Amino acid sequence: MNYLPDWESMLLGKHSLIVLLEENSLITALFMVGAILWTSSFLSRTLTHGRIHASAIAIFLGLALAYLGGISTGGGKGLADVPLLAGVGLLGGSMFRDLAIVATAFGVRLQEFIATGLSGIIALTLGIFVSFLIGGLVAYAFGYRDAESITTIGAGAATYIVGPVTGTALNASSEVIALSLAAGLVKSILVMILTPLVASRIGLDNPRSALIFGGLMGTTSGVAAGLAATDEKLVPYGAMTATFYTGLGCLLGPSLIFMIVKLLT
Amino acid sequence: MVIYGTALLAFCMLVGLVIGQVLGTMLGVGNNVGGVGIAMLLLIVLSDWLRRRNRLPLPTQQGVLFWSSIYIPIVVAMAASQNVVKAATGGWLALIAGATTVVACLALVPVLSKIGGNATDQTELPPGDQP
Repeated sequence: MNYLPDWESMLLGKHSLIVLLEENSLITALFMVGAILWTSSFLSRTLTHGRIHASAIAIFLGLALAYLGGISTGGGKGLADVPLLAGVGLLGGSMFRDLAIVATAFGVRLQEFIATGLSGIIALTLGIFVSFLIGGLVAYAFGYRDAESITTIGAGAATYIVGPVTGTALNASSEVIALSLAAGLVKSILVMILTPLVASRIGLDNPRSALIFGGLMGTTSGVAAGLAATDEKLVPYGAMTATFYTGLGCLLGPSLIFMIVKLLT
Repeated sequence: MVIYGTALLAFCMLVGLVIGQVLGTMLGVGNNVGGVGIAMLLLIVLSDWLRRRNRLPLPTQQGVLFWSSIYIPIVVAMAASQNVVKAATGGWLALIAGATTVVACLALVPVLSKIGGNATDQTELPPGDQP
């Protein structure tokens, strides 16, 4: 009788340790994220002497891991496509993200929003139109001449949700819709990475500018992560305006903006 | 009880999402319009009201504060589940369209902050003038 543990079945069998971790994937994710944050604050302290915010490093590490996850699995959900780490997708999905965003509003004073309400609305409108304009111009430069494709790629420069929604409404080709989605992803990821780097240069250090920032950028995930890496106190202000952006973009894209593009082409 | 705070938070989020969905349907967008933003406003108003009536004891507050303090870990998990490969391999058009938009909008932040600043910025008032 062999009384040594059966290593093979512990690693590969139906009741293996890996299956155990998979079955508790949310818990595995909590531990994993904790480990990422611990590593980041260690790197922040030792390598940068606190100059680069630990959360900025953590978000960057998260993106890098998402890249590795995507490469190794071929899936579209980054690290969450690794079965062992599926819980990362749940923890970082829109349900928990939105709950946490709403929670950040706790303790914020209503007057601060009302005082800056108008600039928030201006920022939102301007942000949507500027994104469509630039995305549309780039599409034109790359040889697209039909209003449907130009509007769809412009919509992708708004957010990666506005792009496909607009493209589907306008019956754009699937190639163009895929491009608009990719443009939106580039935007969201660049906002995450660039925001903490340029924050002081663009005066992003008070609720007012955060509100304007959220309205101009519009990508909820980009704004949520960008502000988290800059100053956690600014999160509710930027997130507030950003959450209106995608809805407004989906409203304006296939209607007003498409009509303008149609007139111009 | 701590759960009262979390339940308050959940209530605000659900009401906000329902309003956002109704708004989206009314506008003919298949999407939620500002549901999270509305939920945030609702939480601000409700928690302010409860606080003034002394109905917001510490444990209740902790039920909300836990979720706002877990915000950064959740955002890191969100970053780790993004489709980074697709963004990096989407081709030049996607890269240029995304990058120029980000740079242009970042550059607009100080411009817009300045425009409205004179009218609403109260920090410019000399100290002592405030009531």
